[in-house]
Amino acid sequence: MTTGDVTAVTVHRLGPLDQVPVGEGRAYVVNGVQVAVFRLRGGGVRAVSAVCPHAGGPIADGQIDEAVVVCPLHQHAYDLVTGCSPTGQPPLRTYPVHVDDEGCLVLVTDGTS
Amino acid sequence: MTAQRTRAERLVVIGNGMAGARAVEEILRRGGGERFAITMFGEEPYGNYNRILLSNVLAGADDEAGIFLNGLPWYAENGITLHAGTRVRRVDHFARTVHADDGTVTRYDKLVIAVGSRPFIPDIDGMRVATRGFHQGVFTFRTIDDTRNMIRYAREHRRAVVIGGGLLGLEAARGLQTHGLEITLLHAGPYLMNQQLDAQGGDVLRRSVERLGIRVETSARTTAMLGRHEVTGVRLADGRVIECDMVVVAAGIRPNTELAEASGLPVERGIVVDDQMRVLDEADIYAVGECAQHRGQVYGVVAPLWEQARVLADHVTGADPAAAYHGSRIATKLKVAGVDVAAMGVSSPEPGDEFVVFAEPSRGVYKSVIIRQDRLVGATLLGDVGKVAFLTQAFDRGLPLPEERVRLLFDLGGPPAEVGVAELADEAQVCNCNGVSKGALVDTVRNGARSVTAAMDRTRAGKGCGSCRSLVAEIVAWAADGEVEEDPSASWYVPGIPLAKPELMARIREHGLKSVSAVFAALAPDGREDARSKMGLASLLRMMWPDDYVDERDARFINDRVHANIQKDGTFSVVPQIKGGCTTAAQLRRIADVAEKYDVPLIKITGGQRIDLLGVRKEDLPKVWAELDMPSGYAYGKSFRTVKTCVGSDFCRYGLGDSTALGIAIESRFQGLESPAKMKLAVTGCPRNCAEAYVKDLGVVAVEGGRWEIYVGGAAGAHVRKGDLLATVDGPEQVITLTGRFLQYYRENANWLERTYAFVPRVGIEEIRAIVVDDRDGIAARLDEAVRAAADAYRDPWREGAGPVTPGQFRTALPLEPLPKVPVR
Ligand SMILES: Cc1cc2nc3c(=O)[nH]c(=O)nc-3n(C[C@H](O)[C@H](O)[C@H](O)COP(=O)(O)OP(=O)(O)OC[C@H]3O[C@@H](n4cnc5c(N)ncnc54)[C@H](O)[C@@H]3O)c2cc1C
Ligand code: SF4
Ligand code: FES
Repeated sequence: MTTGDVTAVTVHRLGPLDQVPVGEGRAYVVNGVQVAVFRLRGGGVRAVSAVCPHAGGPIADGQIDEAVVVCPLHQHAYDLVTGCSPTGQPPLRTYPVHVDDEGCLVLVTDGTS
Repeated sequence: MTAQRTRAERLVVIGNGMAGARAVEEILRRGGGERFAITMFGEEPYGNYNRILLSNVLAGADDEAGIFLNGLPWYAENGITLHAGTRVRRVDHFARTVHADDGTVTRYDKLVIAVGSRPFIPDIDGMRVATRGFHQGVFTFRTIDDTRNMIRYAREHRRAVVIGGGLLGLEAARGLQTHGLEITLLHAGPYLMNQQLDAQGGDVLRRSVERLGIRVETSARTTAMLGRHEVTGVRLADGRVIECDMVVVAAGIRPNTELAEASGLPVERGIVVDDQMRVLDEADIYAVGECAQHRGQVYGVVAPLWEQARVLADHVTGADPAAAYHGSRIATKLKVAGVDVAAMGVSSPEPGDEFVVFAEPSRGVYKSVIIRQDRLVGATLLGDVGKVAFLTQAFDRGLPLPEERVRLLFDLGGPPAEVGVAELADEAQVCNCNGVSKGALVDTVRNGARSVTAAMDRTRAGKGCGSCRSLVAEIVAWAADGEVEEDPSASWYVPGIPLAKPELMARIREHGLKSVSAVFAALAPDGREDARSKMGLASLLRMMWPDDYVDERDARFINDRVHANIQKDGTFSVVPQIKGGCTTAAQLRRIADVAEKYDVPLIKITGGQRIDLLGVRKEDLPKVWAELDMPSGYAYGKSFRTVKTCVGSDFCRYGLGDSTALGIAIESRFQGLESPAKMKLAVTGCPRNCAEAYVKDLGVVAVEGGRWEIYVGGAAGAHVRKGDLLATVDGPEQVITLTGRFLQYYRENANWLERTYAFVPRVGIEEIRAIVVDDRDGIAARLDEAVRAAADAYRDPWREGAGPVTPGQFRTALPLEPLPKVPVR
């Protein structure tokens, strides 16, 4: 992710992928912001804000499938790609995340956050 | 298609609300799509939605997406040009042009005005601020945007005043209450809903509303909004001040007439129309919905606009040039703040009228009818609207009335409900919210909608306030000659796999599926995982394969991953096992030490006779368990929870049996047993029932002669039910055997999350007794063996604390609220 573009993005290495069990989520603090990273059974990874917009529930403790995460507190759902809530809540913020060649989780935020 | 359209007549519709969109639907249905090039203007930047359901959105019962009647694609599919978010300022009826705020000028051949109403804002000091419109914290309730803004503001505020005690005000009050606000409802009138109800009915309604925890003030005129930068309270005419940080003004509505006035069209209270819904003296301009005034009437509910839209469409398309609207007799049927209300005709009797009244304020029930010259001229029903279908018919069509007038208010073993449905006229409106008649429902059933849900989906009946759903169900049943099919998905065990439990179990066995992911791969549509189905499947598989279930941790709900119950701030509650509610001094000392060491904010004795440590951080769970050195009490799972016991024969002077010892024995045998829903048990030493055994999933009661009664299917939570007597047996061993057998039968046959209080009546106690006690089907030995295997597989989950099963199993998930959040008492 060295883009050379001046609209600065920040690249964060969160640690090895296997810290996140298959099908579950774990929370990370990135620049003081709480991010939940999920490892899909299908192999992908997704990152969203760790705080449920509904009533502050811990999103990383939610259950997921390939499309959504369901918050453990009141079962509101959020799309893992867009952050939008099919159950009518305000959206979750989403972050680009991938696994690099060394098996390390890499998260990208824009420079300001 | 579009090329042809350029030569078609131009139909322009101003207003994209319920009436405008319905008129266009009716026009399309009459082939108007071929004849007209249709253009719609709507001030709201959306497709069109069911405004009625904003109440549900505010209360969180519907989501926004679910209330849309026609989304943006509908317009494109029907060749309609929609200018959403564009306000029309003026119509030039000489030049036949429509002038919009965005500067565009659109020509029309036919014009429909359907601009609806706006909130009426009473004259109150400080309501508006010069720069911003309404004062900060003041809201109205008309549009989706209003609703969103209220919800957003409600999240951060505590006390709301709602001005207006009519339909809208009550709905706003109830909706905001669901967001945790403290509500005061101020009504200038003498009693609630004084437009629709009589005084006594209004008072009964008030009591029902107050029971919900909403404060009500009637004859309360608001004169001023207080607060410099944002609202901090309101002042009443009598000088009282009510503090609040949010105000909703729902004091009535006024038809939107500025546009018509500015355009030189005839306006009195609304835009004046004739029986064809044509604006007076205008050959090509129509008005429909709340903005129209017909024969001196303007309406403020949806029911009339369905017929108005039909007449308009008949006329403008030429389908029936003689179609005429004669006005609507308004029979309102609503659910207001959770209370069923039906009102029609006059609300107070005149001299010489017969006035029949029944009132039971403590149950929130009030019914009255007014009869003039043997005709029903008015009726009010509150709380119990069972007779509304008949009364509406009698009111609309002047049916003869029963001589025993009380039959107007109650079914006195009279003809059964189907007769009522059969007698309903085809054109009788069943769903007022969406304008669906009995005939329309019957047609959809005849055309293949065989389930209530299917008929509701196709007609939208019952999708408004919901007060007509039971009538819709009756009509569907009647139209299908009793052959209604249940909604298929209602019978699925979990939402993600289209199979009921018995078929699902058969397929799982047949394919030997031992993990949740294997079940999805083999049985879900496209092999698609479903987050909401995982927990139910995990429970089922564990029951089916006690020894070789493949445990995938992501299939577990967080509680089952960390063996504790998640709390609202993301901390957990820890409940150690205390069998039969009996503990020791040493245990108590240890619990106290742990609570101190880990700063446990709240220690609480539970209803199940145990001790709950609330507010434990996830990362502390393993240490807390290790230091407690007690097994898990399973206070978090869908599983066997606890056995509540009374003192019993050892100490109690009434005791007939040793309830404590039996309770402990049962818990030792079945601890942690997974089940479709939680199972709470009790054993009590005599029928005085100190351990509340009659209202447990399974309750055991000692009776004379050393015998024990076993009750199943009781509940005392949100649902209260006394259990059914399953059997009376001779000794504790038999109690344990039958308990195990019943629990296993329940585990195998209940739906996911189906508590025994629903399961037992569904299957029937006789049937259960025949299988579990009398072994009619010869499966008792198998059930006993299955439950034994499951019980033997028990392993205290808290031992996982010593060696986490997954990386970061007990790592914090960083909840928003700083810990601890559970208030310390
Ligand atoms: C919260 C709430 C709950 C309700 N509950 C019930 C109920 O339970 N039962 C019941 O019978 N009724 C209920 N109603 C009333 C019902 O919603 C109305 O009767 C119905 O919406 C009227 O339809 P309409 O098309 O005339 O007006 P609207 O639905 O208001 O549509 C008018 C549309 O025209 C637009 N418009 C206005 N002026 C212009 C302009 N100059 N240019 C372009 N567009 C313009 C508006 O933005 C609006 O979208 C409720 C209303 C509300 C707000
Ligand atoms: S239920 Fe009967 S035996 Fe048990 S404590 Fe109460 S009175 Fe005593
Ligand atoms: S806090 Fe997430 S659903 Fe309520």
